Amino acid sequence: MTETSPASLLTTHVNRGVASDVSHGVSATTIALHRFMLWVKSPRPYLMLIGFAGFIGFWYLSVEVWKLPRFSEMPGPTQVFREWFSRDPTYGTSIFTPEYYMHIWVSTRRITIAFSLATVIGVPLGLFLGWSERFKQYVFPVFELLRPVPPLAWVPLAIVMFKGSETPVIFLTFLASFYATALNTMLGVQSIDVSYIRAANCLGASRWQVFRHVIVPGSMPFIFTGLQISVGVAWFSLVAGEMVSGQYGLGYLINTSYTMVRYPTIIIGMITLGIVGYITSAGVRLVGDYLMQWRTRELALGGDR
Amino acid sequence: MPAVNSMGLKVVSFVRSDDFWRGIVSVVTFLILWEIGSRSHAWFGFSVPWVSHVPPPSAVLTEMFKLIQEPSFWMSAFLSTLRVFEGFFAAMLIGIPLGLAMAVSRTFYGITFPVFEVLRPIPPLAWVPASIIFWPTQELSIAFVTFLGAFFTIVINVLGGAQAIDVRYFQAARSMGSSTWDIFRRIILPGTVPSIVVGATVGVGITWAVVVAAEMISGGGSGGSGGGLGFFIWNSYVGGSYTQIVAGMISIGIAGYLSSAVLRKVGQWMTPWLSES
Amino acid sequence: MSVQPAPSRGFPPAAAQSRTGGVQINDVVKIYGTSDTGVLAVDHCTFDVQPGKITVVVGPSGCGKTTLLNAIAGFHSISSGSIYLDDELLCGPSRLKAQPGPDRIVVFQNGALFPWKTNIENVTFGPVMQGQLSRAEAYEKARDMMADAGLRDIEHNYPGEISSGVRRRVEIVRALMNDPKILLLDEPYRALDSLTKSVMHEALLEIFYKTHVSIFFITHDLEEAIFLGHRVVIMTTRPCRPKKILDIDIPHPRDYSVLTTRRFREFMDETSAAVHEEAIKAFAAGEKER
Repeated sequence: MTETSPASLLTTHVNRGVASDVSHGVSATTIALHRFMLWVKSPRPYLMLIGFAGFIGFWYLSVEVWKLPRFSEMPGPTQVFREWFSRDPTYGTSIFTPEYYMHIWVSTRRITIAFSLATVIGVPLGLFLGWSERFKQYVFPVFELLRPVPPLAWVPLAIVMFKGSETPVIFLTFLASFYATALNTMLGVQSIDVSYIRAANCLGASRWQVFRHVIVPGSMPFIFTGLQISVGVAWFSLVAGEMVSGQYGLGYLINTSYTMVRYPTIIIGMITLGIVGYITSAGVRLVGDYLMQWRTRELALGGDR
Repeated sequence: MPAVNSMGLKVVSFVRSDDFWRGIVSVVTFLILWEIGSRSHAWFGFSVPWVSHVPPPSAVLTEMFKLIQEPSFWMSAFLSTLRVFEGFFAAMLIGIPLGLAMAVSRTFYGITFPVFEVLRPIPPLAWVPASIIFWPTQELSIAFVTFLGAFFTIVINVLGGAQAIDVRYFQAARSMGSSTWDIFRRIILPGTVPSIVVGATVGVGITWAVVVAAEMISGGGSGGSGGGLGFFIWNSYVGGSYTQIVAGMISIGIAGYLSSAVLRKVGQWMTPWLSES
Repeated sequence: MSVQPAPSRGFPPAAAQSRTGGVQINDVVKIYGTSDTGVLAVDHCTFDVQPGKITVVVGPSGCGKTTLLNAIAGFHSISSGSIYLDDELLCGPSRLKAQPGPDRIVVFQNGALFPWKTNIENVTFGPVMQGQLSRAEAYEKARDMMADAGLRDIEHNYPGEISSGVRRRVEIVRALMNDPKILLLDEPYRALDSLTKSVMHEALLEIFYKTHVSIFFITHDLEEAIFLGHRVVIMTTRPCRPKKILDIDIPHPRDYSVLTTRRFREFMDETSAAVHEEAIKAFAAGEKER
């Protein structure tokens, strides 16, 4: 095949096909909207409704209608929802009371501080643990030594170590979150296909360049999974810490509602925790999706072809 | 006895390797720094922040020797371990079938998964007061919360594992004439075992955390001679014995580590096909 | 469709390329593990890779041919022997492991385009990392080379958005951006269906005719080997040693009509018995696919 031969493969430009029709100039939000439309048309939303109806229905029936033995002591859904949305709640906490938002704010603030610290320290540490064998040999044993101690077991020691009532709680939350982040980051580095590193070496990248252009982006999926787990673990520890010590916060609210026999508020607190926890987790996931456009698009197109 | 021999060889070569010695160096350095920091006030006249309030490792070690000889300590340890395994096995018993059912039936998944996902972000400890109200005894309320802790992790892992089974195994089985029950028993079940093991190993750690927390919060429990290790730590704090706090923490750490290690070994034994390559 | 290609600014014209990129493999031995309990992968291999030509190594799976490629590339060490690139020692008794570098670039079996970079970012990776070209210069060169290879429209897509065949081609362009002396291809088309494969073969040959870069190509597919290669080296099963070396005198430029010529069939006859024999040995030995 000489230069003048017609229909040379090289000059027949690659047709991007479906791939780029969807991705080029079509944003991630449009893809998300499309997936949402597909979801609405499937049986899934209706099954979901059945599930929720079943759950709440069972709760309602067992507590308020049939008054089953242990269940009758619990607050029922009507009681809880009425209290939650009332302007003048019997037990003092509803969406119309400022204290409610204060508790949410205090807990969220603690989570933010602890989680940010854990991420800022945990991600680089995890990256180095995965990347440098020598570093891992020195640091990992000490890391693993402290890990099996459950977060709440640290509470008395933390109270002894740190002044004030905020710092111990934040420390606790930080610790749990830190371990989850660091471990998952390390796993992320270890999971990178060695071919990518080899390719970068072939192409003349220095060790630092490999770290920056291959290791860090390559571990991002794992890092973000780790961060989502980390947020969950953070809430776990925070609530524990708030229930035992500390003032204000959703854990504290639940605990005091129990001691002050304000049962519906307990449930309100639990539901709020669930909502806020879900929002923070989803927030982390969204940030991850945004930072890893390459992955979002690949998954949207159904992965490898 | 070739098996023992090769094990022995592995241990020996590990102990001789750089890996091992570097680890020892760092652990020893850590302990030394801790010791110095704890005693900084007495030795240097100024206190290192935070660490100087912590009892030094030497004191903790002496305390641990004392504790090991006390039957009430072992009673506490036993109580905690019992609670962990109760809650854990309950979580496995209910979680594994539930996860498998969700993986097998799209309808069941559609109904139960959203409710599951909504309940999951609520930390197990937030359930403690509700649990105390509901269950007649303290033991049961702790057990329920413990169960919750491991339950969510196990279900998620089972689901993930079942969904990841290569669809070709199903196709191969069907083409060879297997019934649905057969497919379940011979493909889904063994295929999910690795994920169950992972879920279990992680779940047991969470269970320990929950047990300790629940013991601390609910103030001990029904036993007379001790309410478990969590209560032990809390008690030590209240009683002002800081060395006991740290000793208790270490004990829990060791117990937690042993449980995970045992589960991992059991898991490896159950999945011989994975350790081959 | 009649196309008049513009003079390519991307690939340097063939005549201007000096004939470099010859690899001499001398008595190379590779043992994994210790010398008494290890596995012998490569057993006293000696042969030459000619500069400016396509050398194809064929052998059953797991025979050690990838080990050889990895030794040339610098990913593995050798146990004894030496490997030279032109006159330069890559690895030998004084240094058992070569240093990976842009003079010998590998195209990997499962593809190693960085999924988190766009195609053009991938292509410019080499020169930019080495600091040889400024970012703007690299982008311009990349744009030209990609256009030359028919890949202009996918510059700003991610590798995950294009098909695996096209990904291979981008990877080859990424390699060629660095003017390597030799391209090392490790069964690059193994995972592709045979229709895409034949298109890939012709695309590879077109690039070769433009640049005359030396190519060291590994495969288990005998037909692919004879179609592409100037020289075919048939390896024994593990531990590998050259069993038969053939110079394919079918004239270049070749296209797929070559497959039905008598000369091609003669080569196939000459070699398939040898390859089949080794394949049976590998099967009997229960070789695991790598």
